[in-house]
Amino acid sequence: MSDDAVLKTPLHALHIDLGARMGPFAGYDMPIQYPSGILAEHLHTRKAAGLFDVSHMGQALLESADHASLAAFLETLVPADILNLEPGRQRYTQLLNESGGVIDDLMATRPPGADGVLRLVVNAARKAVDFALIRERLPRAMRLTLLDEAALIALQGPLAAPTLARLVPGEGLESMKFMSARPARLAGVETFVSRSGYTGEDGYEISLPAARADMFARVLLREPGVASIGLGARDSLRLEAGLCLYGHELDETVDPVEAALAWSIQKRRRAEGGFPGQNRILRALANGPDRGRVGLRPDGRAPAREGTVIVSAEGAAIGVVTSGGFGPSIGAPIAMGFVDHAHAPVGTAVGLVVRGKALSARVAALPFHPHAYYRG
Amino acid sequence: MAQIRYTKDHEYIRVEGGEGVVGISEHAQSQLGDVVFAEPPPVRKMVKAGDPTAVVESVKAASDVFTPVSGEVVAVNSEVEATPGLINEDALGRGWLFRIRLADPTELDGLMDEAAYSDYLKTLG
Repeated sequence: MSDDAVLKTPLHALHIDLGARMGPFAGYDMPIQYPSGILAEHLHTRKAAGLFDVSHMGQALLESADHASLAAFLETLVPADILNLEPGRQRYTQLLNESGGVIDDLMATRPPGADGVLRLVVNAARKAVDFALIRERLPRAMRLTLLDEAALIALQGPLAAPTLARLVPGEGLESMKFMSARPARLAGVETFVSRSGYTGEDGYEISLPAARADMFARVLLREPGVASIGLGARDSLRLEAGLCLYGHELDETVDPVEAALAWSIQKRRRAEGGFPGQNRILRALANGPDRGRVGLRPDGRAPAREGTVIVSAEGAAIGVVTSGGFGPSIGAPIAMGFVDHAHAPVGTAVGLVVRGKALSARVAALPFHPHAYYRG
Repeated sequence: MAQIRYTKDHEYIRVEGGEGVVGISEHAQSQLGDVVFAEPPPVRKMVKAGDPTAVVESVKAASDVFTPVSGEVVAVNSEVEATPGLINEDALGRGWLFRIRLADPTELDGLMDEAAYSDYLKTLG
């Protein structure tokens, strides 16, 4: 089979039925937007519930005889504390290269009752690299199983929890806390559900068999307030939520501390080290990084796109925009980028060089739009 | 009587007398999606056919608007700067970007009329 054959998710036919405008993303033919458009889809997710097909992401099971051995292995690749990850909880972390750069960011979930099983969800564009790396390092007694036959559907927004509670009463999904996860039987389908997402809203990510995904999505879409949302709005939602996108804020040259992800490196790992690039990362934790990821708010209405050079008030280049556009819930342009340490404090006046002119902007606090996670 | 002409880049110019009103076509606004920013050129700017003269941006992307003809910008639509969504609602009407005094009306001969543009759109699939 040719390398450039276009891949389709199990919901591809549904997207076509819904009139999506499709486009290529990480080798998949994906819905960029539906007829209502990115602005309407974005705002709908913030006030009701959005259904996202994220089946292109890489899902896998990592298995060993017990949790301690599994954690010890994974901790040689990531800086999060996996050992103390409790059953039924998940953690955001990063696969690191030897210099501490981010190979990918991912979610690691320990199912309830599991002693020796982790579920991993990685980025679509990086899954081949990630899984090859894990395989190469995998001890003989452990196993990596790709869940190629699993779809992944995100339901995000303030109506996500009431909708699932109405659809599957008695499962207690509404009382799950942010970053918890467990199996659940939904609409007759065996699923694995986590209370998480990529929009800043409350919501769930639901892994389920590919063969049932189309039916399941259509059941959800019949519920009042649930609408399908494309990758365009997924991007503007995550930007407003101040969340990193691999290939933009993160790549193999960026370490997690300068990406403002130090919160994802727990105390035990800081004390013990033992992850790739620990010299650079521990030094950045101790002294502060030389550059940092920041939010940016242009004073005017012109968006600053990825690649825009950031200059100081004196006109010297101090950084670059990594994601930029318009924030529909903000009603104004927003961006994220990296600037040198001296210009990282919130409120610093900077210039964004758009079409040859330095437009005035300020370093802004992240997230731009407050998170609405359910913490119980 | 006003005549409308289109470019292959999906700008239109509606000409009346020696002046033309320029904007992006219905097709262009639909492809672009929700327009969130519009920047017309400064009044009195002298431009040559094909120059990037205005900017329109959707949530996802920025697009240059190339002037279909050479001449002097004599007026701009300040309403569309304040309300860029007018380009989606009424691209050929209230969503215009700038008015230009034509330096060389024969440049219009190189542009497509309504029927030719409609045929051209069909070739784009």
